[in-house]
Amino acid sequence: MTIAPKPSFVLSMRHLLGIEGLSRADISGLLDLAEEFVELNRQVEKKRTSLRGRTQINLFFEVSTRTQASFELAGKRLGADVMNMSTSSSSMRKGETLIDTAITLNAMHPDIIVVRHHASGAVELLARKVDCSVINAGDGSHEHPTQALLDALTIRRNKGHIDGLLVAICGDIMHSRVARSNIILLNAMGARVRVVAPSTLLPPGIERFGVEVARDMREGLADADIVMMLRLQRERMNGSYIPSMSEYFHYFGLDEKKLAYAKPGALVMHPGPMNRGVEIDSIVADGAQSLIREQVEMGVAVRMAVLEALSRNLPNA
Amino acid sequence: MMLSDRRPILLANARIVDPSRDLDIVGDLLIAEGVIREAKKGIGAAGVPEGTDVIDCRGKLIAPGLVDMRAFIGEPGAASRETLASASQAAAAGGVTTVICQPDTSPAIDNPATVDFVLRRARDNAIVHVHPMAAITKGLDGKEMTEIGLLKAAGAVAFTDGVKSVTNAQVMRRVLTYAGDFDALIVHHTEDPNLIGDGVMNEGEFAARLGLLGLPKAAETVMLERDIRLVALSGGRYHAASVTCVDTLEELRRAKDAGLNVTASASINHITLNENDIGPYRTFLKVAPPLRAEDDRKALVGAVGAGLVDVIMSDHNPQDVETKRVPFAEAAPGAIGLETMLTAGLRLVHGGEIELMALLRAMSTRPAQLLGLPGGTLKSGAPADVIVVDTELPWVLDPNELKSKCKNTPFDEARLTGRVVRTIVSGRTVYEYV
Repeated sequence: MTIAPKPSFVLSMRHLLGIEGLSRADISGLLDLAEEFVELNRQVEKKRTSLRGRTQINLFFEVSTRTQASFELAGKRLGADVMNMSTSSSSMRKGETLIDTAITLNAMHPDIIVVRHHASGAVELLARKVDCSVINAGDGSHEHPTQALLDALTIRRNKGHIDGLLVAICGDIMHSRVARSNIILLNAMGARVRVVAPSTLLPPGIERFGVEVARDMREGLADADIVMMLRLQRERMNGSYIPSMSEYFHYFGLDEKKLAYAKPGALVMHPGPMNRGVEIDSIVADGAQSLIREQVEMGVAVRMAVLEALSRNLPNA
Repeated sequence: MMLSDRRPILLANARIVDPSRDLDIVGDLLIAEGVIREAKKGIGAAGVPEGTDVIDCRGKLIAPGLVDMRAFIGEPGAASRETLASASQAAAAGGVTTVICQPDTSPAIDNPATVDFVLRRARDNAIVHVHPMAAITKGLDGKEMTEIGLLKAAGAVAFTDGVKSVTNAQVMRRVLTYAGDFDALIVHHTEDPNLIGDGVMNEGEFAARLGLLGLPKAAETVMLERDIRLVALSGGRYHAASVTCVDTLEELRRAKDAGLNVTASASINHITLNENDIGPYRTFLKVAPPLRAEDDRKALVGAVGAGLVDVIMSDHNPQDVETKRVPFAEAAPGAIGLETMLTAGLRLVHGGEIELMALLRAMSTRPAQLLGLPGGTLKSGAPADVIVVDTELPWVLDPNELKSKCKNTPFDEARLTGRVVRTIVSGRTVYEYV
């Protein structure tokens, strides 16, 4: 059985560098397209041909399991030749600059490069030096657009809509690209967004992002339809931004008691990988209200949608 | 403490001064079931419950028990210097009904279990209220913040690294930011250790004549200026642990005028003594920060009177023979003060330098307010932490009569006027001078 995506939907841009710059129609179009791939991915025959002959390079300067794997699967299911490059096995380890790496890869005529980098803005810098499409798979603390899209798809499939929902994003807002992309997307789609964190993990100026700000979970989760937890990086835990894992879990870790502050039946999300017992309790992570595994499934579909949509803009498409 | 120990008490015919409501009257104060029932003119023996202990306090002063915001007690780890029991005996004799012990112990009070330990030890051994401050940074090393939320929940009333300054401004900024979420008070010793260097007393002519290395007042002012900027950035609740000089007071004034949440303490030593009192290398007068010039002392007293400096604390720091009977430069800084802070403060009242109301406010009402404690007031319903003072009684301080385990008092053999004659904690008399 073949599912033919509506060819009518086209993104107006060559790259997907962030949610910033996408219109509500762009986001809805991508989510609609992704819905079709969700169905495809549940079939035995998952292969399509829209990227046949295309070369996709996954260029990961930062380790990743789920994002890299899902981009690889997404590309392969659409028929592209997919090559994975990571910092551990390339000349980037030998001191080559980001721009030289970009120029080198560009000479090999890829059609799409998927980039993750530890520095905010690095993906945009690379995009300026290559002739193909570039997808941001996460740059520093700036954006992670496909994560926000897969979160939106997960929410939409469970709630039927996004607008009017109250989404509480909890944890290390300051360092989180997931938070930034989600705030922009959820605002664009008409959701109410609240960020919840200790003050040391909130970037100064956050109140001008169009979000409500709370500094404790009781206030922060009140009336929330969706509780979105963020990963806390280990290097932030021990006394620099917060005193300890145990204090963080006590005040900000999502357990059953704190989840009860949210609306009854509120749904729980986490971009992964989780620190069980730091930002989320296992009972909640694995519980009936958790969408965490569904998020991973949506990840492949959303990345297929992004690849498909961008490929329609490629030369000779 | 058995409830049956606590018969109702009527303190009759006294001058009653309650800085929490600017009350200064002659009247009676009734205490029952551990709380203050009322303080007013003419309750009289007729208007009290049966079995009330009526004590005539004619000519005496009744005030809220003192709340001492900064006292070092050697538990855990230095019980030879002072125990919670001995410190509380000294406190009771000095009219201090609430002692705030400092976290620079061994190990430091930097985790909830140690807070719990101190509270349990105090409950079992102390005759006055004891609340610990907890450390700002783990191991007092100025690097990683402590579990401020859990420590406060465990009973830490404020946070300080004792006599150590947090030199890393980034750490201090984050501490102030994080503590703000918990409305936790950060109490900071403002002395830049690099500017102190090897200095052992106030820099200036007197240090030069003694041949002692001085340390500049700027060591204090620089750190306070930095902290004020950080408070403006982070919005935390900040308290300068021990201010001593004119320049610092100007910074404090600017911060308060700007509406920042900044308050300050001065030690009883710095408002009653100056660098000249060190005389012939008297190590008992070596304190940190060092005693300053007379101009600074006068300004400090004025600042307490005007409310610019909020709190007077004892800076009680017991040091034994081996740390004090040594050449001045080698001596440990610190002086005991729990038993003498009120008496020493009364010197200033007798000398016309400060109003009694202002002195008592800085020793009871203000610290209680800053720490969120119920004491420091004689209002009806408040805990019956009350002192009776004979403000005119002359006496000579005999170090052998001090309750503290160490005798390093700067008022050694001093002639003093006024002393505490009765200390009541939670409605029970814990000290009586006869």
